[in-house]
Amino acid sequence: MAYLTDRKRAQGTGSGRRGTLHHWQMIVSSILLVVVVPLFVVTFGAGLGGSYEETLAYFGRPFPAIVSALCLIVGILHFKSEAEEAIEDYMHGVAERLTVVAVGALSYTLIAVAVFALIKIAL
Amino acid sequence: MVQFTLPKNSKITVGKTWPKPEGATNVRKFQIYRWNSDDGKNPSVDTYFLDMDKCGPMVLDALIKIKNEIDPTLTFRRSCREGICGSCAMNIDGINTLACIYGLDEIKGDVKIYPLPHMPVVKDLIPDLTHFYAQHASIMPWLETKTNRPAKEWKQSIDDRKKLDGLYECVMCASCSTSCPSYWWNGDRYLGPAALLHAYRWIIDSRDEATGERLDELEDPFKLYRCHTIMNCAKTCPKGLNPAKAIAEIKKMMVDRAV
Repeated sequence: MAYLTDRKRAQGTGSGRRGTLHHWQMIVSSILLVVVVPLFVVTFGAGLGGSYEETLAYFGRPFPAIVSALCLIVGILHFKSEAEEAIEDYMHGVAERLTVVAVGALSYTLIAVAVFALIKIAL
Repeated sequence: MVQFTLPKNSKITVGKTWPKPEGATNVRKFQIYRWNSDDGKNPSVDTYFLDMDKCGPMVLDALIKIKNEIDPTLTFRRSCREGICGSCAMNIDGINTLACIYGLDEIKGDVKIYPLPHMPVVKDLIPDLTHFYAQHASIMPWLETKTNRPAKEWKQSIDDRKKLDGLYECVMCASCSTSCPSYWWNGDRYLGPAALLHAYRWIIDSRDEATGERLDELEDPFKLYRCHTIMNCAKTCPKGLNPAKAIAEIKKMMVDRAV
């Protein structure tokens, strides 16, 4: 137990001077996803049901490949930001930091795998 | 880590049931949270019965009647009895509100009364609001000026004065902050809707000259950005204010000056 005044306890170590950029990035990625997700659903749906060769040829076209890449990259980055928010809500201290690092590593790995797969299919 | 269950010594037990009033035909049941730090027991819910033909219309009337006529040990805060002081904020029928302006006719069935949620309890229906008030003090709830004081007064246009409507009416009852899940989990660092509404009240005051400093102090992932627009604050405010909108306005100002 520390003998802190109520005001000292409320103020803590002051402002972290960050948060606005994260807030703005979430708004931007949300707006992007509103556009990109329906496009992805339509383009991905149109490519379903074909043979192996037809599917390769379909995702070899620039529009479906770029829409898929955009959806996956923006979606995973949005997931990463939102997951970090949730972790900050419910976990604190070392466990919080380790989980944030793990989520970041998972997100970037997913992006790398998705982009690699798309490039392999498209090229 | 967040706790999802109550500690053993906070689990609520069944308390005392007081006798029904004799000869009464219009009887209503009240279940009220009781806890006394001195007796070392777990909190309990006591049951009282009131003759509604001899009771006033508001929840606070019933509480005062119980204290005066049945159980003088029942403890709660009250003062103005007209929704101005904010003292009698408590959780009534699952809603954080002021007992003095919440009608008994608005409640169906038994009347269940608890202290404001997720706050340390001093006794019975009295929460410890020390940290809540310190957070309010930390946002500097006063006019900050750098210009020399004018001879007469700090002038304000009618339009600028109108911007304070919906903000200055807050009575600091803590109903909003204690209904906010973000404040429940991170109340030590998140300022909560009440303090942020007051912060916005001074940020948009045309006479205040510390707008930048105020925004600097709020720019923090916890102080401000723990608000996830859950809107419980606006839903529960007994004065009909909208703290969530005030917080959104602060966030807009943050973006406007940074992007």
